[in-house]
Amino acid sequence: MPKMVLACTLNGEETELLVQPYATLLEALRETAGLTGAKEGCGTGDCGACTVQMDGQPVASCLVLAMQARGRTVRTVEGLASVDGSLHPVQAAFVKHGVPQCGFCIPGMIMSASALLEANPAPSEAEIRLGIAGNLCRCTGYTKMVAAITEASTVQTAGKGV
Amino acid sequence: MQRFELALPSTVSDCLSALSGSGDVNMVAGGTDLLPQMKNGLVKPARVVDLSGIPDLKVLETDADGALHIGAAVSAHTVELSDVVRAGFLGVAEGAGVIGSYQVRNLATVGGNVCNAAPSADVSPPLVAMDALIVIAGPNGRRTVPIADFFLGVRRTALQPGEMMVEIVVPAPGTGSGGTYLRHTPRRELDIAVVGVGTQLTIQDGRCTRARVALGAVAPVIVRATEAEAKLEGAEITPALLDEAAALAVKSATPISDQRGSAEYRLHLVRVLTRRTLQTAFERATGRSASRNGAH
Repeated sequence: MPKMVLACTLNGEETELLVQPYATLLEALRETAGLTGAKEGCGTGDCGACTVQMDGQPVASCLVLAMQARGRTVRTVEGLASVDGSLHPVQAAFVKHGVPQCGFCIPGMIMSASALLEANPAPSEAEIRLGIAGNLCRCTGYTKMVAAITEASTVQTAGKGV
Repeated sequence: MQRFELALPSTVSDCLSALSGSGDVNMVAGGTDLLPQMKNGLVKPARVVDLSGIPDLKVLETDADGALHIGAAVSAHTVELSDVVRAGFLGVAEGAGVIGSYQVRNLATVGGNVCNAAPSADVSPPLVAMDALIVIAGPNGRRTVPIADFFLGVRRTALQPGEMMVEIVVPAPGTGSGGTYLRHTPRRELDIAVVGVGTQLTIQDGRCTRARVALGAVAPVIVRATEAEAKLEGAEITPALLDEAAALAVKSATPISDQRGSAEYRLHLVRVLTRRTLQTAFERATGRSASRNGAH
């Protein structure tokens, strides 16, 4: 099967990846682009460990054919920090609160949370819980996650002078 | 995943050409249903045709008659949040809003949810309750099928080989109409309806002029609760009448028992959910409440 050229904007850079027609976006990111932040948990869209943002929206990258990302903007956890290396408010809050336990769900969780704050800069606790409802943490570390996302929303809105 | 060729058409006619070749072919829009099926070997297409790059399938708008057009590749998330959809077609937005999870709704399409023809599909009961039409393109041109005739069985639709859904057209409900979709699931997200009910009521001068109650996950296809509808149409809406209609809706359900619920439990849910959707639909149609505890 001839490979195909996937042209997209990946973490802010115009990128061309050579992918199999039957590769998922998750496989292209991990195995072709070498970005192993997004994880494969279930492979069927139930766990959220593979969450990346496509055109700013969180998606389960295990359910996207790589070529379906053609012409689109893809952001993974590797592309979340600023170019100068300073962490995204969600990342900083996850570090401060010591959120990760085993860590497997964290990249997906952070991509969902950062997309949530982009759409809703000051979410309620219920909105935060709904925003990460598609991400499963088998360590069940949700309490600290909600606290960290709440703090990140405060930092983010304060930073923007809202 | 088994290997396959991938076609990336940008027009409906290119898409139809890609569908016409030999060998097993599947269309992919959001992929949230097809990819798990391909991964576990239930579906083994030789060729997959991607609908996500066809602008004509991304239409979401109302026409001059007020009918809503939902292109086959419009995501559930887009439909859920669309002001146009929420303004006159709230039940459809509610159905789209409970599919999968946030990450899944950003991919999954309303068209795909219909074409997969799962009896538990969340967008289908509200679409049936609004008499939606399915516009199909094929080698011999276009045809339109009422959604009730589109579903032939579990995962079986009226789509013939070489045909594709282009859009769903939902007629304008008119003034004095309201609807809703309600389902029961143990979990809010990432779950599949044990029972889902889509209801649409039109109320003119206190009387019900049109009633639709569509039941999901209680038969091989979405079924209309026709006896409940007949009880409501022409009548003045009272809490007691809504109770009677909800009890009649149970007669239209022929559920199975499976891991999600027993047949008996599903019949119970049909009555309870139908009653609740009738209440909400009435309130949305009239801006009033049909309280159980007094005159409305």
